[in-house]
Amino acid sequence: MELLAFGDTGWGDELFYATLMTIAVSITAMLIGFFFALIFTPLKLSQNKFLNFIANSYTTIIRGVPELLVIYLFFFGGTGAVMFIASIFGYNEYIEINAFITGAFAIGIISGAYSTEVFRGAIQSIDKGQFEAANVLGLNKFGKFFKIILPQTLRLAIPNLSNVWQITLKDTSLISVTGLVEIMRQSYVAAGSTRDPLFFYSFAAVLYLLLTFVSMKLINRLEVKYSRGY
Amino acid sequence: MVNSLPKLLSAAFITLKLLSVSLIIGLFIGLFFAILRLNKNIFINKFAYGYSYVFRGTPLLVQIFIIYFGLGQIEYLRSTVLWVILKEPYWCAIIAFALNTGAYTSEILRSAFQTIKPGIVEAGKSLGISNRVIFYKIQIPIAIRQSLPAYGNEIILMMKGTSLASTVTIMDLTGVAKYIISTTFKPIEVFIVAGGIYLFMTFIIHNLIKYLEKKYSFN
Repeated sequence: MELLAFGDTGWGDELFYATLMTIAVSITAMLIGFFFALIFTPLKLSQNKFLNFIANSYTTIIRGVPELLVIYLFFFGGTGAVMFIASIFGYNEYIEINAFITGAFAIGIISGAYSTEVFRGAIQSIDKGQFEAANVLGLNKFGKFFKIILPQTLRLAIPNLSNVWQITLKDTSLISVTGLVEIMRQSYVAAGSTRDPLFFYSFAAVLYLLLTFVSMKLINRLEVKYSRGY
Repeated sequence: MVNSLPKLLSAAFITLKLLSVSLIIGLFIGLFFAILRLNKNIFINKFAYGYSYVFRGTPLLVQIFIIYFGLGQIEYLRSTVLWVILKEPYWCAIIAFALNTGAYTSEILRSAFQTIKPGIVEAGKSLGISNRVIFYKIQIPIAIRQSLPAYGNEIILMMKGTSLASTVTIMDLTGVAKYIISTTFKPIEVFIVAGGIYLFMTFIIHNLIKYLEKKYSFN
């Protein structure tokens, strides 16, 4: 137990901050994912074949390639890409990108592919009459989307989005390969310096279980809230 | 880009080997725990639920690290026959993958068993077929057919999961890709080739499952 003490003697406070980091990366990645879903869901539903093709390539490639490979691409390729863009503007110094940003972006792109599929499915399963009724009421495009379609989409999407959240949360453990100090990385460091890997990795597993358990409880509440009236 | 292709292709075979071995072991684990989940005894039931909850609620990376780095720490294990297996990163990865996919498979099979209409089992009983035969000859085949689409997704997820073997020094497709990236600093080219191989495998698995679904469809 003294291994988990707070302060200089134990790893308690380090692991606590690492847990906060995991939560921060997961939430950032999930939001980046929503942003991607916001762009790609309309493309998926569009009548235009070319736009369809773009959105389908995005979701197929990301969902068919291992997360770790995507992270390596961003980790090794991200700096190069940013420096290339900077060099166009005449800046030739070395730029180091923050591990948090690279990691959250890589996981966000992955999470976005899953979210896109969830939103597409949810919008497609809304009754056509709802769209027509919104038209008949004379709502404009924004009113139609925000007042009629979105609330119903959320109700249908939340159970699946909670799966996406679980996947995203667990995927953040892979960012540890880039050196960002989240649960996995901190456990690795602690295990290395105390020579007690069994304890620290098991404790990491417990922390992840706790995170999934608590987030499930919170999402269930949301689910209840959005299915009022059904 | 072309130079890296042979290396990556031979690494793809290691990925496939990891995938197939862990899927076969995982299928048996999954079936075993699915049957436990259907048991009326609350302890057996809870035990099976706990297994799938823990393995589905923690990242695969943690599971591999516990088995590879953690178990070696137990002095007692080092002196048993098990150590022959556990000192090899290859087998540690397979054990972790099999236990992980076993947890997901048990959930898939459990829900498949539960969707079997009671009438089918009753029909078997009224024909005088023994419970054992009903289970093996009626319930299991129907459950396997029911769970094909979900299991197909699980195979693809597991294929992506095998990339984590590279974190315990196994040179699978991702491991070799990372090695080439870090020596040549050409991340995009290598990503395209390695990603292409993964996509190709996904494509094959996807179509294989579709074919099986069609072949064994009820109509």
